[in-house]
Amino acid sequence: MKRAADPSGLDPFEDAATRLKAQRMGMWLFLASEAMIFAGLFVSIAVVRVVWPDGAVEASARLDKGIGTANTAILLTSSLLVAIGSAAAKAQTPRKGLVAAAFAGAAGLGLAFLAIKTGIEYRHEFHAGLIPGAGPAFPIDTPGAELFFNLYLAATGLHAIHVAIGAAVLAGAALAVWRGWLKLPANAPEVEFCGLYWHLVDVIWIFLFPVLYLVN
Amino acid sequence: MRADGAIPVWPEAISAHADSVDALAIGFFALIWTLALPIGFAIVWFGWRYRRLNEDVDRKQRHHGLTWLELSWMIVPFLLALVFFTWSALLFRDLHRPPADAREVYAIGLQWMWKFEHPGGQREINTLHVPAGEPVRVIMNSQDVIHSLYLPELRIKQDVVPGRTTSLWFRADDPGSYSLRCAEYCGVSHSRMVGELVVMAPAAFEAWLAGTEAGLPLARAGEALFRELGCSGCHGANAAVRAPGLADLYRRPVPLASGETVIADERYLTDSILMPESQVVAGYEPVMPSFQDVVTESELVALVAYIKSLSGREGERE
Amino acid sequence: MTDPSQERPSRSENFWTARETALSWFLTTDHKRVAVLYALTLIATFALGSVGAAIVRLELITPAGDLVSAEAYNRAFTLHGIVMVFFFLVPLIPATLGNFLLPLMLGAKDLAFPRLNLASWYVFVIGAGLAVAAIAMGGLETGWTFYTPLSSVYADGYVTLAILGVFVSGFASIFTGINFIVTTHTLRAPGMGWFQMPLFVWGMYATSLVMVLATPVLAVTLLLVIAERAFGIGVFDPAIGGDPLLFQHLFWFYSHPAVYIMILPALGVMSELVTAGSHNRIFGYRFVAFSSIAIAVLSFLVWGHHMFTSGQSMYGGIVFSFLSFLVAVPSAVKAYNWAATLYKGRITLNTPFLYALSFIGLFVFGGLTGLVLASIAVDVHVHDTYFVVAHFHYIMVGAAVTAFMGGLHFWWPKITGRLFNESLGRFSAVMLFLGFNLTFFPQFVLGYLGMPRRYHEYDPDLQIWNVLSSAGVPMLAVGYGLPLLYLGWSLKIGEKAGRNPWNAAGLEWTTTSPPPEHNFPEPPEWEGPAYPYPVGETEEPQVQEEAQPKPEREA
Repeated sequence: MKRAADPSGLDPFEDAATRLKAQRMGMWLFLASEAMIFAGLFVSIAVVRVVWPDGAVEASARLDKGIGTANTAILLTSSLLVAIGSAAAKAQTPRKGLVAAAFAGAAGLGLAFLAIKTGIEYRHEFHAGLIPGAGPAFPIDTPGAELFFNLYLAATGLHAIHVAIGAAVLAGAALAVWRGWLKLPANAPEVEFCGLYWHLVDVIWIFLFPVLYLVN
Repeated sequence: MRADGAIPVWPEAISAHADSVDALAIGFFALIWTLALPIGFAIVWFGWRYRRLNEDVDRKQRHHGLTWLELSWMIVPFLLALVFFTWSALLFRDLHRPPADAREVYAIGLQWMWKFEHPGGQREINTLHVPAGEPVRVIMNSQDVIHSLYLPELRIKQDVVPGRTTSLWFRADDPGSYSLRCAEYCGVSHSRMVGELVVMAPAAFEAWLAGTEAGLPLARAGEALFRELGCSGCHGANAAVRAPGLADLYRRPVPLASGETVIADERYLTDSILMPESQVVAGYEPVMPSFQDVVTESELVALVAYIKSLSGREGERE
Repeated sequence: MTDPSQERPSRSENFWTARETALSWFLTTDHKRVAVLYALTLIATFALGSVGAAIVRLELITPAGDLVSAEAYNRAFTLHGIVMVFFFLVPLIPATLGNFLLPLMLGAKDLAFPRLNLASWYVFVIGAGLAVAAIAMGGLETGWTFYTPLSSVYADGYVTLAILGVFVSGFASIFTGINFIVTTHTLRAPGMGWFQMPLFVWGMYATSLVMVLATPVLAVTLLLVIAERAFGIGVFDPAIGGDPLLFQHLFWFYSHPAVYIMILPALGVMSELVTAGSHNRIFGYRFVAFSSIAIAVLSFLVWGHHMFTSGQSMYGGIVFSFLSFLVAVPSAVKAYNWAATLYKGRITLNTPFLYALSFIGLFVFGGLTGLVLASIAVDVHVHDTYFVVAHFHYIMVGAAVTAFMGGLHFWWPKITGRLFNESLGRFSAVMLFLGFNLTFFPQFVLGYLGMPRRYHEYDPDLQIWNVLSSAGVPMLAVGYGLPLLYLGWSLKIGEKAGRNPWNAAGLEWTTTSPPPEHNFPEPPEWEGPAYPYPVGETEEPQVQEEAQPKPEREA
């Protein structure tokens, strides 16, 4: 078995299947690494819940479960759109309009999530003194409550940054597919990887939501 | 070098625990050589015998692995490790079991000094006087960053962590003056956060206590604070608000509203002052405010000492 | 198969000269050139870190704080720690030897993601640049462990900037780790199964797992410190609702595995040096390979042994102590298997092998003193003293850097195509071993005598041991500095090396020295076991210049 000479040298693979396998594996490792960023925060939150259960319950009760549920629904819907888009990209006869529309829709939902999170939820919490800043003093005396809220801010803030990046990636992918910069089905894996990133962002939220909002 | 010109190779040991730690350390010394020497011998011997130019050796029938040999050098170190682990864990357990009659001293670590306070109100900075032959328990808080109280001649140290109470105990046997250091890096003058542990014969120690100008005894200072801060309004005998009584509380089990039971040790008392809602006593309302930003570390120590003085045992000794 | 002499590449085919512009270096995707870029960067960071070490050792010659102020001293050891750990030791072997050799050993043209590899270097340089900027503007005095609330509230200096540098450089590790794992899975030469790979590759694989999974935890921890320091989001400072021990848990969850990021590649290098030096197959291949994985897995479970005196629960301490003792088992497997590999070997005491032997000594001693620290009762005494300093220098510097030096000499002819001066090489190896022990052995004594680490002034009784320790530094300087000279010199005057000057097995020795731009003129294949050194006493020592190593490649 001989490999064809490749003067450009950029590509160490001899066939497309191996290349795709490598890209997919690299993507999953990247996602695993991203997940570990949040794992540190999850463990910290778990520690607070074990060591100061009363503080965690009391702090969690101050979170707006309605907004949290709405945002969860928004992200789940966006993931569904992304799944539809990815499937359409991989289909035998790819439908680039559907892919672009689904991804653009998901990116829009991501922006809606961010608007609700920062524009409404954080603003209320800031005015109640729940998250640090120039607002009023922290209102709960129970130990662990303040740490819980600070970790809440760190975790959801970091997640929001990921949502913003993910929405930009999806919007970019939608545009690229629509304009034909990404060709289907040849570039279907790239489209799929953009979708995978969004699924990760979504899955992290699926874990964050109960850990933060539903403590009792 | 020491003043007498001798080169120090081993630190003095002034407690039974220190002797046990030394015995374990010497055991490790033996273990290290037991495990390392076979490797050294093998390397030197094989290295010489199978040198490239030596053609008089049999190089046929090489082994590229022997399962029994592999297993033996996994199992033997494992068993040896197990022995040493058990030995050391038992010793470590003793460190966590202070005798009930231990004399107590309060310590506060701050950038960059150690403040000690005896129950009788004698205060010292960077020097700690203790009686020989008696168990002593040091109860520690930090005012700023993490420090660590290190008494090398006793082979013990314990971090002093802001926001929580830690403690260590020892029974020093030999009177004399020994080192006391901060072992956790705590900022610019970390290496100057050192002092002296003065171990005195019991009679001499009592004389020292009596002859040292005592501030208000700690418990008495705490009592004053107790009234000043209004604690007595609720916890006092004729209080209007119903709050748990504090008499004879120290070291007693306390049933909590959560259904658990805790022993009312220093950590519990400190936590209850700073974070009253964390462990509410069963049958009471969580109405007590936090004193987190109201009392200083030294005031806190005094309050805890006062509450402890309300228990019978503490009263007997004073 | 073509005649080897006809395969000798023309000058333009070797990776150093294939493209000549400076830009071709800064835009290269060739793993070998990226390795060279990394190596040059690490020489600079090593020099910077050494300055910090030199100030520390000079100051400690006398017990009084008379050479520099306490503040300057604290900044010096912080500089030394941060630069050496995050910007030298962590990338040392993976980014240089690993980058250079992994594709060659697997028979690949390059790493799976060549551009990601180059990006890793740029990210690393940016991170290092931020840290160096923090140091150049005046530095910081937190110690490399950044313990809170000292680092997040109390310490002066450019803490945020330095932490940002460490944070950024973490992504370089993650990129390298992803690249190595995927390369190992997808780019092995036809016929090379997992248990036919060189053990260096196993070491890099285990390292990469730790890099990918542990580094993100450090990243988020450092972000939280920045959030607390810059924005007052209290996570670690109890005065604003935080918990200082939470930081230690998170920090050591990365930083203990980080030590294994430094030592696992070294263990891999060692297996190569020992097999080549004794011209024998490794004893117990699978045990050695799996011990790397075992060490990587255990590394995630022992972080609490840094916290025996922190006030964590007694049972927590005992569990972490037990798990730490377990690390002894896979480590012992390695050491005994290397010794057994010498049995019936054909041993040449050349420079790489000398480094290998001194590695075994330092690793065994450093590892066994680790057992002393794993036992809680003794650790309570020696924790945060020079005993710990001595122990981790034996592992992270004594063992890891010695393995790197051994590997550098071993593969130098492959990398540059030149032979170095063997006498100077042996002299340097011996100097390094002696100088290292003179510097760090006294620190074990100092630690047991109770000298805490990070002390600017100390008890005058302890001066003699500090003087001895400082006296080792010039020897260490020779041990590290001399190779720079004669290796550099060999580029000009060194004898041409040929493909396989050590007559070693492994695919990297089948290509020309230095390798051409895409490593192999024809894609290699592999057959038979790893390290197929000939068995039997009758075979001639194969010293022909262009000997075709085993296994024979099939055309």
